[in-house]
Parts: sequence; C-alpha cells; structure tokens
Amino acid sequence: MTTALNTSGSPHIPARFSVTKVMGWVLLALVPAITAHVFYFGVGIVIQILLATAAGYLFEGWCLRWRQQPLKPFLTDLTVPVTAVLFALCLSPIAPWYVAVVGMFFAIVVAKHLYGGLGNNIFNPAMVGFATILVAFPQSMSLWLPPAGLIQLGDNLQSIGWQQTLYVVFAGLPADISVDAVTAATPLTALKTGLQQGFAQSEIVTGAVFGDFGGLGWEWIANWLFLGGLLLLFKRVITWHVPAAVLMTTIAAATPFYLFNADIYMSPQQHVFSGGIMLAAFFIATDPTSGCSSNRGKIIFGAGVAILTVLIRNFGAYPDGVAFAVLLMNLSAPLIDRLTIPQPYGKKGQP
Amino acid sequence: MRDFIKTRLWDNNAALVQMLGLCPLLAVSNTVINALGMGIATVTVVVITNFLVSMIRPITRQEIRIPLFVLLIASVVTVIEMVMNAYFHQLYLILGIFIPLIVTNCLIMGRAEAYASKNPLWSSVKDGFFVGLGFALVMIAIGAIRELIGQGTLFSQAHLLFGDWGRHLTLTLIPEYSGFLVAVLPPGAFFALALLVALKNKRDANQKEKARQSHKATTSNPEST
Repeated sequence: MTTALNTSGSPHIPARFSVTKVMGWVLLALVPAITAHVFYFGVGIVIQILLATAAGYLFEGWCLRWRQQPLKPFLTDLTVPVTAVLFALCLSPIAPWYVAVVGMFFAIVVAKHLYGGLGNNIFNPAMVGFATILVAFPQSMSLWLPPAGLIQLGDNLQSIGWQQTLYVVFAGLPADISVDAVTAATPLTALKTGLQQGFAQSEIVTGAVFGDFGGLGWEWIANWLFLGGLLLLFKRVITWHVPAAVLMTTIAAATPFYLFNADIYMSPQQHVFSGGIMLAAFFIATDPTSGCSSNRGKIIFGAGVAILTVLIRNFGAYPDGVAFAVLLMNLSAPLIDRLTIPQPYGKKGQP
Repeated sequence: MRDFIKTRLWDNNAALVQMLGLCPLLAVSNTVINALGMGIATVTVVVITNFLVSMIRPITRQEIRIPLFVLLIASVVTVIEMVMNAYFHQLYLILGIFIPLIVTNCLIMGRAEAYASKNPLWSSVKDGFFVGLGFALVMIAIGAIRELIGQGTLFSQAHLLFGDWGRHLTLTLIPEYSGFLVAVLPPGAFFALALLVALKNKRDANQKEKARQSHKATTSNPEST
C-alpha cells in the first residue's frame, strides 16, 4: 500500500494508548453508571445498549466495505460499542427499537463515515445520533420510566419487568397498559413544564421525580459517572481540563441566574446532577477527535459546552441542551485550536 | 438538439451542478406538491424572462443591461405572483415569501445574462424551458424524498394545485407511519440535496471510468478492431 506522508504542522502530540485500550477503559468506566441506571430504571438500558451496538456494528461493517477499508482493525477497536453506550445512555429505556437504529445510522454513517471514518469526524457521533432523534421523534424521547424509588412510593405507577420492556421496545405499548401508568417525566422536563404552568421552582422540586440534590435516580447515575470519570483521569485516558472546565463553568454560569431569580432558574446543583452534564463532562466533551487538543483549548471548549447548556436549559425550548451545546462547540473546536497553539519551548513573547 | 437538452437537464443541471437558486430549492421542497408548484412558477418565469431579454437584445446597451434584466424579471414575477394568488390561493399561502423571492433566484438572472442576452429568440426560450425543467425536476425529486421519509406519503394536498379531484391523488405508501420529522424540517433538504449531488457525481465518475477503460481496450490492441 502506498500512502503519501501527509503530516500537519508541529507540534505533534504522540498517542499514549492505542484506540482499543482507550475505548476499553471508557467502557469499563461506564459500567457503574449503567448498573445504577439498571437499578433505577430497569433493564431497558441494557436492551437499548445491545440494540444500538448491533445496529452500530451493522452500519460500521457496511460503511467499511463500501469505503473499501479493512474490516478487522476497525471492527475490533471498540469504538462502536463506546458510541453505542454513550448514545443509549441518553435514550429513554423504553424507546421503540427504530429510535436506536435511526440514531445509530446518523451516528455511524452520517457523523462518522461520511466525514472520513475514525479520527476524522468533526462532530461527536453519539451526540449527532441523539440530536437527530431528539428532533425526529419528540414523542418517543419524552417517554421515560419512573425511577425505582418512585414506584415503591405507590403513586399508581407500575413497574415493568424485562419481558414487558422487551415487548414495549419491539412492539409498542400493549393496549391494556396506558402510557401514563408506566412513564414519568424526566426531572428537567418536569421542571420545564412546571415553569411554563407558572409554578415556582421551589414548589416543583418537591415533586416526586426529584431527589435530594438532583433528579431522583439521576443524581446517583451522575455520581457513578463522576466516579467512572475519576477512573479515566487516574488512568490518564483523559486530562482534567475538560471535566473541570465543564463542571466549574456550569456552576459559575448557573449561579447568577439562580441568585437573580430562584423561582424560574434552576439551582447550580440541579444543573450539575440532572440531565447529561456529567456524562458530557467526562465522556463526551473529552472526545479527542471532535474536541480541542491543546490544554488551553480544552478549557475553553469545556467552558463553552457548559455555558451553552445552561443557556439552552434556562431559555431554550428543549429541557436539556447538552447535545446541542456539544455539537456547537465541536464546530468551533478547530478555531479554538488555532487560537491556542502551544508556544514552542524557548520562544519569547506572545505566540 | 439532443446535446442541447442533455447539457441543461443533466451535465450542467442548474441545481445539482451549478448550485443556483438553492434558497427556494431547499425551503419549499418539503412535499411533492409544494415543489411542483414552485417548479412550475420558476419554469414559467425563466421562459418569459428569457423571451423578453432576448427580444430586447438589439437595443440593450451593455452598461445598463443588469438593471434592465432585474426590472424585467421583477415585473414577470409580480405577474406570476398575482396569477398564483388568484387561481391557486392555498398554494400561494403555503409558498408565501418564496414566490416574490423568485426575483432573486440566481438561475433566472444567470440565464438572462449568460444565454438570452447573446442568443436569438427561439433558442433562448428553449434554453429557459430546459434549464428551468432541470431545476424543477431536482426540486420535485427532493420533495418526493422528503415527503416519503418525513410523512410516508406522496402527492399529499394535491388539491392545492389540481382542484378537488387532486384529493384522490394522495398516495399513502407507508400506512400508520409515525413520521420522521427531520426530513420535513430544513435539515432534511440539505441531506436530500447532498444525497442527489453525491449520486449524480458517483454515476458520472462510473461512466467516465467505463469510457476510459473501453477506450484503453480499443487502443491497446488495435488488431482486434
């Protein structure tokens, strides 16, 4: 095989690990959060992960053949399962099967292979898939299961086991189960609709889907994601810059709103422990391909994701804006990288 | 004549190759009928303006030709807009601002400047018709893709264009379809256009490759011919 040695300008940053190893650690770091997800929301997430992974491998293999690329190195590097798991973590556990398939189509075929495959994608594939289905299937995306603690409280909600979950995913809700009996709003959606109906935030968060400092169940998934993120930091798969920037900027950006009017703007801890911010901080905004590469760039990137998320949550039509925030920052990542080229050793003055 | 048509419909297609007039192409191609209405309006305008521009060709001074063309195009579009308002009022309401915006469609200005102002009457009219047709066909194809994927039907709301009997034209190809909103929303237009451009380029590249190989085969062993 003859390849032209096309290299970009210096600095060249050597890779610490192989792709497979990085992806393996990311998957391992996600295990606690997935376990917590199963504990609170049932086995739906496992079904969605398997479905998304299967669809992902199918599309990946198809694209590789179509682009006449070798199959084996790309199918065994674990990037497809990572995309699938990150994507499935954003899905409702009882979303119909075609939601996962269409999402993975946009993640693998459109976001990854149309831009040149592994390492060339300008957008994070999992977020492209999620944003697409968020816009395409608003109905399916709003159906969430109530967290486990809520069912024990009575509240005429029913829990559904794995057989029923499987049935709902592949065949739709049976006629004798009504949608309202098995689903509950996510905390962020509950907050958004509550605010639209004119309730104050302090009243809304006493509702059943809220926990001690975030959404019920959600806060613990966020905690386990945080722990998984610490594992990645400890193994030096990711650096501290992006997670620290995302989390601290979220708090910094949300606090003024909260202090200005606590009735209509979410509290900082609500921002951090609900929705997708924790996932984005450690697992999505840290994507080395679609994010920034210099350390200063990573901090700007993370801060941008956090500010956009807070703005979308506070003023936008969608309850959570993490996916859109990440995609918008993906677009600006090359510009940020240009402006934050590290100064070569020994050079004096401003770069 | 065959080359004349093929250039305008395929090789130099206004939408797929020259990428002219993308604003209406992307904006109103969410159903076949919207695309068809817009396509007919565009073809009519470009035929009439090419006719007028070619007609005044001998008395047009080089220095003032652009304002003159704009004036002509604007008058024709205004007439078309009033006709649509009178006879296809519902469709007129749906297409809205994009009918007056035909004035700014680069396709029409482009044909006036590049062809009609330099060529005789009859061939200018033919040019306008086939270039407009190439544009309209692409728009209808995009409309069909978006309508089919977005809502599972074809020719829905055909009564807007064809009167009451058009109601029976609606084809529901995917019954009980829950819809795929992205295709109907603006991103769907970009996806569909990009797909069509890619398919066209792929087909052209294949044909070029085939022609090259058959050429090679005939030149490498001249004994066989």
